[in-house]
Parts: sequence; structure tokens; C-alpha cells
Amino acid sequence: MKLAYWMYAGPAHIGTLRVASSFKNVHAIMHAPLGDDYFNVMRSMLERERDYTPVTASVVDRHVLARGSQEKVVNNIVRKDQEEHPDLIVLTPTCTSSILQEDLENFVERAQLDARGDVMLADVNHYRVNELQAADRTLQQIVQFYTEKARKKGTLPTTKTEKPSVNIIGISTLGFHNQHDATELRRLMTDLGIEINTVIPEGASVHELKNLSRAWFNLVPYRELGMLTANHLKDEFGMPFVDITPMGVVETAHCIRAIQTILNQQGVEVDYNSFIDEQTRFISQAAWFSRSIDCQNLTGKKAIVFGDNTHAAAMTKILAREMGIHVVLAGTYCEYDADWFQAQVSEYCDEVLISSDHGVIGDAIARIEPAAIFGTQMERHVGKRLNIPCGVIAAPIHIQNFPVGYRPYLGYEGANQVVDLVYNSFTLGMEDHLLEIFGGHDTKEVITKGISADSDLNWTKDGLAELNRIPGFVRGKVKRNTEKFARERGFGEISAEVLYAAKEAVGA
Amino acid sequence: MTLADTKPQSPSQPQPNAQSLSFDCETGNYHTFCPISCVSWLYQKIEDSFFLVIGTKTCGYFLQNAMGVMIFAEPRYAMAELEEGDISAQLNDYEELKRLCLQIKRDRNPSVIVWIGTCTTEIIKTDLEGIAPRLESEIGVPIVVARANGLDYAFTQGEDTVLAAMAHRCPKTVDSVEEKEERNAIQKLLSFGNKNNKEEATPTESEYVDHHPLVLFGSLPDPVVTQLTLELKKQGIKVSGWLPTKRYTELPVLEEGYYVAGVNPFLSRTATTLMRRRKCKLVGAPFPIGPDGTRAWIEKLCSVFGIEPQGLAEREAAIWESVEEYLQLIRGKSVFFMGDNLLEVTMARFLIRCGMTVPEIGIPYMDKRYQGAELKFLEQTCHEMGVPLPRIVEKPDNYNQIQRIYELEPDLVITGMAHANPMEARGINTKWSVEFTFAQIHGFTNTRDILELVTRPLRRNNNLKELGWDKLVRETAKV
Repeated sequence: MKLAYWMYAGPAHIGTLRVASSFKNVHAIMHAPLGDDYFNVMRSMLERERDYTPVTASVVDRHVLARGSQEKVVNNIVRKDQEEHPDLIVLTPTCTSSILQEDLENFVERAQLDARGDVMLADVNHYRVNELQAADRTLQQIVQFYTEKARKKGTLPTTKTEKPSVNIIGISTLGFHNQHDATELRRLMTDLGIEINTVIPEGASVHELKNLSRAWFNLVPYRELGMLTANHLKDEFGMPFVDITPMGVVETAHCIRAIQTILNQQGVEVDYNSFIDEQTRFISQAAWFSRSIDCQNLTGKKAIVFGDNTHAAAMTKILAREMGIHVVLAGTYCEYDADWFQAQVSEYCDEVLISSDHGVIGDAIARIEPAAIFGTQMERHVGKRLNIPCGVIAAPIHIQNFPVGYRPYLGYEGANQVVDLVYNSFTLGMEDHLLEIFGGHDTKEVITKGISADSDLNWTKDGLAELNRIPGFVRGKVKRNTEKFARERGFGEISAEVLYAAKEAVGA
Repeated sequence: MTLADTKPQSPSQPQPNAQSLSFDCETGNYHTFCPISCVSWLYQKIEDSFFLVIGTKTCGYFLQNAMGVMIFAEPRYAMAELEEGDISAQLNDYEELKRLCLQIKRDRNPSVIVWIGTCTTEIIKTDLEGIAPRLESEIGVPIVVARANGLDYAFTQGEDTVLAAMAHRCPKTVDSVEEKEERNAIQKLLSFGNKNNKEEATPTESEYVDHHPLVLFGSLPDPVVTQLTLELKKQGIKVSGWLPTKRYTELPVLEEGYYVAGVNPFLSRTATTLMRRRKCKLVGAPFPIGPDGTRAWIEKLCSVFGIEPQGLAEREAAIWESVEEYLQLIRGKSVFFMGDNLLEVTMARFLIRCGMTVPEIGIPYMDKRYQGAELKFLEQTCHEMGVPLPRIVEKPDNYNQIQRIYELEPDLVITGMAHANPMEARGINTKWSVEFTFAQIHGFTNTRDILELVTRPLRRNNNLKELGWDKLVRETAKV
């Protein structure tokens, strides 16, 4: 037994359901006790999904336990097949029902006799893998199922698309900003003159899966979901893949160059260097931000990064390489894939932490006291307690990760978004600076009851002119502090001198 | 218990004009929250408690993500996450639980650790009830075991399992005078206003009619506890205690022959435990939700103690008058309960009294005996309001219900969180049932709050009506 307060990754069946319900016209049947189907709630509430979540729980209760579930599960599969005619029904147990050790494979075979659509058992060990691994596995299983099916039928295509094309693998429902990333990646591919063959699993039909091999290469933007599928397609069809996450300006360029290499190998002469240069230097705001005076103030600030492999590694690189921020610690909760993470980040940070225990990372934050954290919702709350700002960069997902507006993390627009996130997370550079000069931090004493100290004090012309030179966002505070200072010292008028005297006195 | 004996009628045919309620059991696939969700409100209610949910990642992720119970600041609940070694019985349950509970004792020092058994502990047959007493005496912290599993229970019934287990821990007699004083905290609080002289600090006794002690059960937010206690005080009824209390160490005394009454319809096991094991007398009444229900509840308690209720009719009338603007919005409209938190019958009765009609009440589990008075009251309300009796569907099938909703086109559907957004996208007004679980809805005072919730979708969609944003999905509604 493990005393657990918080989980960074969900149970296996959540991963399976994320993949199954991402596909169009695929239904999942859960073999589970009452209440285990909260995936429906997550999808409906967090993702604000308009359609009924295509997941039905075949409820296991005492009665079912006593007589075995076969009849009920088979009936539910066949019933759903008739009601909604899904192309595929995926059966999955949960941690709980998997220990019943019922022969679900047999249930599936039985149901397949009566069902018009395909029926499949998600082949996942619910005690050995987590949500991310299960999602990866289920996607590969479904892809393999349909490529084999097409092979048997002799309907596998033998040719590639006419123009260079790509499969984007790993976009799924309830993924961290996945929908927006997908839009951004589509744009990026279009800009590169690459056609989208398919995007899986989100929004794809299982009928498209037999055509995966028509693409010239696969792109796997997230380390957690899609690698098994990409490797499978490589083994099956010799399809090359790019698994460099295009997050941040530098990694996006790496990703594009990797694509270029693949296309060149396949005989297409493309050169994306001028595109990369144009985007980097003139279109994207991220590189310019790095060079701007604002970012100068971030130099050497201490940060901690924690998240899933994909986002924590990419964020570490962005902070260290593109913004000159000192990443003291980079960590991941993807313990099963720790070596990869080590290799990716060790040259960009002082310390690497591999743990799925939120207490360990919490203690590290308290010990290091960074200027900012980039982590999950959990680290955000740790930060709140310690008064350290935190930008959220990775799952577990939260309603805030499904903004209505466009907020990708990948590609050039994603790089812009990350800049905003970083900038807003650190106490703003200029504000920080001015607050230090004028000692503008909140003090317990109040000068007047109202927020705006519309007072008896007169500002002289030069005093006002000086005041107006101070940036708007701290002006009120400086004004109040100066007036307080003047009141204490008995000045009736505030001139520029008084303003600076205040700065000296309060700042001292 | 006339209703308990009512024969279920033909399952497929709703009979709106029948004279008595019809009960169907669809035994379908339905969604509701897992009963372990009770942890989310009970750990807040019982301030010196620690809840340990003994289950799998599936349970933990549910509490974390679907219920959104955050453990950030000072966690007083945790998962004892079962791993492969536990499932295959390679590890010793006693030793494992001891290790965890010692850690909890060290870190949090709670007055009680509540073990929440789950489906998994049921299936692998962990002997929690056997282990707890031994471990309790070894580590010196009381351990209460509740089996809030989804194999046997739905959503709010989790609270029922915990309270039933706690009922065993209520002291049998008051030990000493000082303790009596201490236990009187609530009474002191209630007479807080008149502290002018010492005479008046204790005297409240005289304001009460001399009656057998009464203990109320059901977890309510503290302000509601005070409201209901005061409401009864007005009639001269003294509430000797509540189960649960704010502190585990202050559980109410339960002697044989004490009267007990529930405030929520999902507490049938607690009621049974109090009757059978603690030899208490259960007052069967409608539940104190809505002015009609609150009045009926108080009247029933008065009648038990031979008290002539004072001013209740006026009180009820005044409440109805004060919420007339809300009633105008819902009068003549229909509401469909998909079934989620077991408050459905009570809510339906109240909304029918408000002037609504109810074609169907879905409910995960129907205890016709414990809810007997409420069912009778529902029937009576329907007759008085001249509306058809609702069809009560136990363990409904959500898919079938959605088809019925498309047919019936109710003005409002009260549903779990999984179906609300898809229905809204298809132009159906919905309200989350869970909101009624968490909101303060009991007693006269909170009538406005229930109606505020019930009418919100209608008011919101009235605002949007001009815009024509009714159907926000492309194809014609298809499940």
C-alpha cells in the first residue's frame, strides 16, 4: 500500500478511454462498478464537450458479481452496437474489475458474433501502467488492429500520397492543450507545404487508419502518447518519424530540420532554413522577446521545472537556452521513461528529479526557493503557499487548460504563449525594479481609508511631471507612498525633491 | 408503511393518472458518482477526522479530478493505494495499514481515522472490520470502518455508510457532569444572545418541553444545523445532539429509547443501525427540504412529543409568499429527474408543491420504508396540486432516459454532470443534481436558495432566448 495524496497521472483505463473516445464513432464499454465512469464527467465538464461521451459503464454490482458478468457485458456491447452503430467498441475494465479476472477476451469474441461493428478488448495491465502508458498502448493496439484487418482484406494502400504528407500522432481528448496544439501543427505543416494525411486519434475515423502508410512520415509531438504507434508503423511499413517536440523556437527549428532531412531522404528537395529564419527573427515574438530588454531582467533568475516528460524537458530547454534563466531543478513524474528525461535535460539544469511523489517536489521547491516554478496544478498550489509564482505547463489537466481562446504550447504561436507565461510568472521585471526603488511593497499601515489617496496634499508641477514619468502600473503605489512620507514629515507640497526624498527614505 | 407494500406496476407503461405511485426498476447503465465522494464533505464537517480511502488509482483519481477535492493545504484525507502486491495478497494487510495509519497519526494526529472501504477491498475481501479493532488498540487512535463501495451503494449513500459506522461509536451514557457541560456546546451557542445574567445562560431548559431526548442524523453545514435546531427550539423541542458532530470526540450520547430523526433521504442504513443496534426510536417524517417538507417534518416531531405546533402554517405561508417571484418562473413547467443523489423524491415533492409537474423520478436506490413518509407526502402533494403522479424509476438506464427526455421535452432536467453539457447543447435546460447535494437546501430559511438554483437555467436561458442559440450541435439530436 502506498499513502497517496495526489496523482500526477491517472489510472490506466483513463488513458484507454481518452484514446477510444477521441476517435469518431468509437464507443467504449467499461466493465466497472457504479461511479467508475467519471471519465464522462471529466470530458463533459473539463473539455466542455457538447456531445455525449461515447463511454457506457456496464455496471458491476453485487448481483453481477454473484452470477458473473459475461451476459451483461455481452448484452451491453451488442446493445450499443445496435443503438449507435459504432465502427468499433472498445471494452475496458478498471483497476477494480480487472482483479475479477474474468475472461473479457472471451466476452469480446462472444459479442463480436452478434455485433456488426468491430469489438476489441483494451489490452492493458491496470496495476502496472498508468494513464499515459495505457493511452500509448491502446492507440497502438487500435492502429495495429485496423492495419491487420486491411492487410487481410487486401485493402492496404501501396503508394504514398503524391505530395509530401504527415500523420500527426498523439492528439487526444483531455490532453494538455492538445486541441490548440493540433491547430498550430496543422498550420505549421501547411506552411511547410506538407499535407496532413491524418491526425490520430482526435477526430479520426478508424476507417482512415488503413491509410496511415500513405503518409511520408509520422510526427509524434508528445513523448507520452504516440511513440508505440510510430515505432509500430516504422516496423510495419518502414515509415520514418520525427519525435522532436516543437516547443520553443529552438526545438521547433530542430523539429522542422528533422522533417527536412526525412523529406530530402525521400527525394524531395526542400530547404526550410529560410522559413525558420523568417519565423524566428521576424514573425515569432519569442526570439525577439529573448533579445528584448524585458528579458534581460530574467537573466540568472532561478526556476524549477516539473511536469510530464514532454513539457518539462521542453520547458527546461526554453528557459535555459532561450531566456537565460537558471533552471536549478528539472523534474518529471514519468518514472517509467526516466532515462530519456535525464538525457534530454541534464545539460540544462543543476539537478534532475524523477518522482511521482508530490511531497518530494514540494520539499525541493521549499529548499531551493526559486523565483518561479513551471509545473503542474500541484506545484502551483505549493507555490501559492510559499508565495512563489507558478506557470502551469503540464497535466494533470484542469479546467484552466481548456481555455476558450487560442492557447497552443507548440509551434511558433506556442512559443509566444510560453513567453507570456514565463513573463507573467516572474514578478514583472520593471515593476520589480521600481518597487525596490520606491519600497512599494504593501505595508500594513494605511494612509487613508480609500484606495486612492485623493488628499489635501498638493503636487507641484515638477513633482507631478516626475510622477507621470513613472510607469502607470506602479504609479498609484508610488504616489501613495510618497504622500504618506510627506504627511509624516509634514510637507504640504510635494515637489520632485520630496518624491525622491521619499524614494530614498522608504527605499532605505 | 402502505407504500412499501405497493405492488410495482407494469414497468414499461407510465400511468400518469394512477392513484398511487408506480415504481420501476430499470437496472440499467447509469452514471452517478462513486459513494467514496462523501469524503469530500465529511472530512470538512468532522474537523478532527482523517479519511483514508483504501482503494486503487481509479478511486484516487476520481476524488482528485472528477470531484475536484483538493488536498493542497492541510490534507485530512488520503488514499491507501493498493498495489499489485496487495491485490495478490503477498503483503500483510494489517502491517500495511498499520504503517500508513502510524504515519497519519504522526503527521496529522486526528481524533479518528475513518477507513473507507472500496469496491476493491470488497472484491479482494480485505477484512477491514477485523483489522480495525486490533490496530485501533495498538496505535491508540479510534478507527471507524465504512464500506462506501460502488458495488452496493450510490453517491450520497457513502455518507450513510460512514454515519452508520459512527453510530456504533456514540457513547451510551454521559460520563460526568463536566462532559455534559461540554456536550452542551450547541445549546450554549444557541442561547448566546441572552448572556446578561447567569440565570439566563442555562435557563433555556425552561423554554423546552420536557420530552425524550432527540438526536438528529445527517451531515449538514453548521449554519443549517443551527437553523434547524432553532426551528425546533421554537416549538419547545430540544435537540440533544447531531450525528455527525463537528468533532468526533463530541459524538452525541445515544441511550436506548432516544428518538432519532434523519434530515436526508439517503440515510436508511444509519436509520436501521440506530433502531436495531442502538435501540433508538426512528421518527419517520418527510425530509425538511422546502417549506412544505420542513413544516411536515417539524409537525411530525411535535406530534411524537405531544406538542401542539405553534405558528407553522403562518411560517410556511410567509416563506411561500417571499419566493413568489421564483414560483412564477416555474409554475406549470415540468422537471425530469435523471437520478443521482437520492434527494430526487424529496426535491420532486417540493417542486410539485411549487407548481411544477414531474413525469419521471430516476433514483439510484429507493428505500420505500425509510422514505415512506416522504413518498406518502409526494402522493398527497400530487393529489392536492392536481398533477399526475410521477413515475419512479430505480437504477435507471441513462440512454433510455435520454430518449424519454427527447419525447417528453421537459422544461428542466436535473441530471448528473456527465449529461448536462450535451443536453444544453441540444436546447434542453439542465441543472446539476450535485449542486443540491452541496448547497444549503434544508429548512425554511434555505427555500430561496433551492429556488435560486432551480430557476437559474430558466432565467439564464430566458436571457439568451432572443439570440436563438438553442441548438449548438449540427446534426439533429442523436445520442
